[in-house]
Amino acid sequence: MVELQRTPLYQKHLALKGDLVEYGGWLMPVQYEGIITEVRQTRRKAGLFDTSHMGEFLVEGPGAAEFLQEILTNDLSNLDDGRVIYSPACYPHGGTVDDLLIYFYHAEKYLLVVNAANTAKDYAWFSEKLRPGVSLSDLSAEMALIAIQGPNSLAALLALTRAPLEQLPYYHFIPEVELAGIKCLVSRTGYTGEDGFEIFCDPDSAVQLWDELQEVGQVRALGLTPAGLGARDVLRLEASLPLYGHELSEEITPLEAGLSRFVSFKKGAFTGREALLQQREEGLTRQLAGLILLDRGVLREGYPVFDGETKIGEVSSGTYSPTLNQSIGMAFILPGKTVPGTRVEVVIRGKTHRAQIVKTPFYRREKR
Amino acid sequence: MSWEIREGLKYTRTHEWVCFEGELVTVGITDYAQDMLKDVVYVELPEVGQEAQAGESLAVVESVKAVSDLYAPVDGEVLEVNELLLDQPELLNEDPYGEAWVVKIKIAPGYKNPGLLEKDGYAALVKEEAAK
Repeated sequence: MVELQRTPLYQKHLALKGDLVEYGGWLMPVQYEGIITEVRQTRRKAGLFDTSHMGEFLVEGPGAAEFLQEILTNDLSNLDDGRVIYSPACYPHGGTVDDLLIYFYHAEKYLLVVNAANTAKDYAWFSEKLRPGVSLSDLSAEMALIAIQGPNSLAALLALTRAPLEQLPYYHFIPEVELAGIKCLVSRTGYTGEDGFEIFCDPDSAVQLWDELQEVGQVRALGLTPAGLGARDVLRLEASLPLYGHELSEEITPLEAGLSRFVSFKKGAFTGREALLQQREEGLTRQLAGLILLDRGVLREGYPVFDGETKIGEVSSGTYSPTLNQSIGMAFILPGKTVPGTRVEVVIRGKTHRAQIVKTPFYRREKR
Repeated sequence: MSWEIREGLKYTRTHEWVCFEGELVTVGITDYAQDMLKDVVYVELPEVGQEAQAGESLAVVESVKAVSDLYAPVDGEVLEVNELLLDQPELLNEDPYGEAWVVKIKIAPGYKNPGLLEKDGYAALVKEEAAK
């Protein structure tokens, strides 16, 4: 068996009595106190997440912009310095290599943040596409990543820095910020549907940064709670954010996953363009939709969705939502059956349960 | 860490507790089981009158993250189910040996007590599993 990787915060998770599980080749905390508490605390106050398992690549050089335009589906031209942008990357057949964040330093320097389980695959795929004038380097081992998410995140960070983070717009970053004297890259991004930040730092500083954040959370009564991957998964599903391996995969295109706004046909050639154009013209055969369970139970990945006797789809992710106090899920459904309000049935362990297609996201934060 | 293991009950290797009263057994999940699951959000109960077979799944307990079976500790017939758990599944976390009993089974005639664990045997099993 392959040895599972540990993040720089591994000892911290043990000390916090986190339940550790395998995830994408990493040993990660799935929960500490409990998923429901961690989800509620993140929505009401703030949650602290170790996301150091994510992969980071640096793309540099005069050909970097052109290279990224080719391997990504979103349009990276006309970005302001310090902008963060989301994009899928596709294979020529339109299936998805990964979905990632791109940090735009300037036209010749970009940081890519990729899914942990896809890091090696992405590196190999991107390397194949490299051209003269572009360098690609894997910085994953040199970067720890901590996410702080929830309404009190800003207050926690402002207590540790003089940087004007309150002025940092959503989906922007500052390459060098000192937090409690630790040099970090800070972006106003996240995977929870809340205001929040993602903080990259040297692995050797990760424990100190985590401790400083926990301490400031305590001293200022910010309700900052360590939260595991279980809470992260519920939070992202409530916010209807896709998770690779569920809503996206080598067999699923971004169009099927409802991500057409991140696919730019106007920008010119990119890998997968022809296949995606063809799919758009021929029409989708399945489409991602939000689902709530009307009967008691919990939606889970793989459950079949029916319209009467006809199978019309399958659940890609499901959970119990503490925020909505009911079971929610995403499902790939036959087009035409995805209109919000449509009644469907989900078969769970041989029994039919009533469900309904709903508008997504399930949860949207109130703008303050 | 320590989990409550009650005197006077028998236990399965799959973390159910079993209370014998004549021909009747009451079954629930142990304190250790509820703590491993955390945040129980749904319980699927069997039908009253349904046949129970020792070692076979009889009910399903779901936490936010996991689906786990409750296995029948004896052969018999389901006599009663705890419908309180349908609306308050969190009782399984709060009071696993009390209010959150799951099913009562009438033991099949002639069914001999299988290899259930006594308190000490179960405590040893929990210790072993918790150390993993």
